[in-house]
Amino acid sequence: MSAREDVLNQVRAALGGSGVGTTAAGRVGTAPAAVAVPRAYRAAGEHGPGSAQVLTQLVDRLVDYKAHVRQVPADDLPTAIGEILADAGSVVVPPGLDDAWLGATGDAVVVHRDDPGAPLSALDLDAIGAVLTAARVSCSETGTIVLDGEPDQGRRAISLVPDVHVCVVLADQVVETIPEAVRVLAAHPERPQTWISGPSATSDIELDRVEGVHGPRTLHVVLVT
Amino acid sequence: MRIALAATCIADTMFPGAPRATVRLLERLGHDVVFPRAQACCGQMHVNTGYFDEAVPVVRNHVETFAPVADGEWDAVVVPSGSCTGSIRHQQAMVCRRAGLDDLATTAEAVSAKTYELSELLVDVLDVTDVGAWFPHRVTYHPTCHSLRMLRVGDKPLQLLRAVADIDLVELPGAESCCGFGGTFALKNADTSGAMLADKTANVRATEASVLTAGDYSCLMHIGGGLSRQRAGVGTLHLAEILASTRESPTPLPHVRTAEVAR
Amino acid sequence: MSTFLGLPGLRRRSADGGAASDGAPAASAAEPWGPVPHPDEPLRWGESFPAAAKHTLKNDQLRKNLGHATATIRAKRAAVVGEVPDWEALRDAGSALKERVMAELPELLAQLEENVTARGGVVHWARDAAEANRIVTEIAQAKGADEVVKVKSMATQEIGLNEHLADEGIAAIETDLAELIVQLADDMPSHILVPAIHRNRAEIRDIFLARMGDAPPDLSDVPRELAMAARAHLRRKFLSAKVAVSGANFGVADTGTLAVVESEGNGRMCLTLPETLVTVMGIEKLIPTYTDLEVFLQLLPRSSTGERMNPYTSLWTGVTPGDGPQEFHLVLLDNGRTDVLADEVGRAALHCIRCSACLNVCPVYERVGGHAYGSVYPGPIGAILTPQLTAASGGVSGADDVNASLPYASTLCGACYDVCPVKIDIPSILVDLRAREVDADRGKHKVDPWRAAMKAASWVMSDGGRFGLAGRAATLGHRLGGRDGVISKAPPPVSAWTRERDLPAPPDETFRQWWASREEDER
Repeated sequence: MSAREDVLNQVRAALGGSGVGTTAAGRVGTAPAAVAVPRAYRAAGEHGPGSAQVLTQLVDRLVDYKAHVRQVPADDLPTAIGEILADAGSVVVPPGLDDAWLGATGDAVVVHRDDPGAPLSALDLDAIGAVLTAARVSCSETGTIVLDGEPDQGRRAISLVPDVHVCVVLADQVVETIPEAVRVLAAHPERPQTWISGPSATSDIELDRVEGVHGPRTLHVVLVT
Repeated sequence: MRIALAATCIADTMFPGAPRATVRLLERLGHDVVFPRAQACCGQMHVNTGYFDEAVPVVRNHVETFAPVADGEWDAVVVPSGSCTGSIRHQQAMVCRRAGLDDLATTAEAVSAKTYELSELLVDVLDVTDVGAWFPHRVTYHPTCHSLRMLRVGDKPLQLLRAVADIDLVELPGAESCCGFGGTFALKNADTSGAMLADKTANVRATEASVLTAGDYSCLMHIGGGLSRQRAGVGTLHLAEILASTRESPTPLPHVRTAEVAR
Repeated sequence: MSTFLGLPGLRRRSADGGAASDGAPAASAAEPWGPVPHPDEPLRWGESFPAAAKHTLKNDQLRKNLGHATATIRAKRAAVVGEVPDWEALRDAGSALKERVMAELPELLAQLEENVTARGGVVHWARDAAEANRIVTEIAQAKGADEVVKVKSMATQEIGLNEHLADEGIAAIETDLAELIVQLADDMPSHILVPAIHRNRAEIRDIFLARMGDAPPDLSDVPRELAMAARAHLRRKFLSAKVAVSGANFGVADTGTLAVVESEGNGRMCLTLPETLVTVMGIEKLIPTYTDLEVFLQLLPRSSTGERMNPYTSLWTGVTPGDGPQEFHLVLLDNGRTDVLADEVGRAALHCIRCSACLNVCPVYERVGGHAYGSVYPGPIGAILTPQLTAASGGVSGADDVNASLPYASTLCGACYDVCPVKIDIPSILVDLRAREVDADRGKHKVDPWRAAMKAASWVMSDGGRFGLAGRAATLGHRLGGRDGVISKAPPPVSAWTRERDLPAPPDETFRQWWASREEDER
């Protein structure tokens, strides 16, 4: 019998199935009762997406994680990006990133647009100073930003290898709770997602949190209001 | 009210002061206390050590002894122990069912529904926090694990203690951490138990209290045994013994070994 | 000791059978940072719990490190859990969801397999550790890899994958900082989340300097500097690795999505850069639907690292063309889980999401550390999981099996149940496992002092008259206490008590004697 059949039969035996043998220890279990799942938890927060309270909370959480946060009106976005990238040397951007966002980024910064036809290698990415992406959704209560690989966010490697991540979040993308965020993402569960809550960190030494390990050591969030 | 006392096996034989004080206290508050003499033990030690078969006759004796409370002969059963109350409430019916004794399990549940740990009886059932006690000493309180996490007595014992006249109640650091007793754990894992006890006694000593109190004599026997060995000069009294103490009939401080005596 | 499934001795160095000698642990040339375990099996090593604890309790440095670390994490967890208004509702949902997973496991596994396959992944099934190790090895060999990068994973610890790969000439490189520390020191993990929790910063610096090879010679013990040394050490490995091996925190049945929750970005590196990804997942790690992530991604981070959210969570579904590994293998592992599932009470241990909150609050774990449990699953959850996982080879039901001592490694204080994000009633399961062990041992031993004592006590304690007589007899011992009223020396087994505690002498009158005389007076 295949391992698949064996394992599934043992699962069935453990749950009281008959005619499927026993578990490895020779047991046949009892059938569990059907289970109703209580969902009394909050499906949404008190404040709507993009509301002032939600944005304030997001900023508070991000700063707590030692991320750098700027809030700018849409018109000032290119300027803010230009200032943040001024010393980066080079930046990689996903194929579908809005060109206008780079409108105020000076010539001193080399822009690499990631091309799915001829992707940059990991070593190439390691030599690039920064990455600039959009985001799919953000959760204020946990200070989380989610990327889902769409053309304005790019494949996962580009937002991972460069040491500085500049992430643009639009106000109406910001929801208060995790269930609200998950329900946005559930429209496309098959997309590869990266949930980001601050720069990379570790608590492995005496449970003392240290920011900056393998992922980008610096996270800039530009919140467009 | 007419209240039946389940003295607990350990207090009956080793620490009779606690059930005696429970009687004095409840009678002072105007209630009738009865002691059903067929009682012996709730079965907790057998259950927690895994001897379910051996626990059955012990549980049966407890349930049958206190069954009249389910029929209204008494209004409540009081137990001056958090862990025994916990075992009555959360383990007795389970042990009966596993032995195929469904009727006994049903009776056990009916009895346990009217069984209360002392602070629960006073605060929840009798609706009293100031019992008119007087105890002019420095006291610290250890909230035993089963009172805290199995029964969820919360701060009921502290509400009662705070209302005691002239008491100097001091907070115990690391109060919610287990003392390391755990029944037969203290014997089967004596070294680990000893390490936990050392931290608990250090915290008790840091309060400079003269009395450590709790709602369970088993934990008090453990911590008190450590304090005695260390000649810490701190005695132990059950919560009931402090609440029973009045100006007219004060509970004396327990006799303790001190460093001076050791010399 | 029995050898599990024919696995060879796990440590590459010669084993000396656990903590070396009776007495304080001392450093030796082979073990410069103190004794480390030399397990024969990842789920069964060393001595019984009381004996192993006796050794680890003597290690003052370990006690200090653990006391500090667990106090820190307890405070962090309490703060971030306290700010969630619907925490109890989330726990109720998480608990019920996991119960549902167990009840519907055959259907959900088939659904997961179908969805992963439909998205270009390859699903493998492994009955036991040996089979899972073989599958992973063959994939690595097919790719011509002599090196794989690894994301911290309990499942691969449990099957001894690294040691197996080493025997096949493939180096498994642990990339989680704590796992790296453990691997460099040739040590074993002592905590589910923070495997090197037993090491302090100075010890970690010494380990890096001695074993890392490329650590800066002037490395200090500042955590940031240590983390930077690990970053530099692993950077090239990440950028050039061909094959990665991971575990999974969750497998979503209705979409085939897998989730890895982490902090450092080493997980993202492994899950994104290599061409081939192999994920080893226990069959119990399923959740029914994608939206159920909304429950677990709230429960897990706050319970484990005490953060509102961990820095990085990766979710992937099969293969995404042009993004990440283009070859994905999922290995579904039984390895004793179905034996756990067969137990009506004990099966709740499979609800565990490996947050390790129960370790951090456990007063026993805090003092003895993880190695005393003799399993890659230490602490309260380990005490209920390990004996059940090893049931087929003795486990809980044999008094001669070291794992049978684990259900007794608890005072039943209940702190673990209080913090468990999926409400596993660990104390009740511990008691149930004790009963199983007692029942399995019935009749095996001619002389069993515990059973004799329990039987005698049962007879005395099931009758008020007999108990009264016994109490009266005990009062005869009142004078044993002498002037102080205490007993300081007693014969075994009570001698274990009187080593560190006095025992009060019995009173001169039991309660029921007092009550009887009072009734007489009233008459």
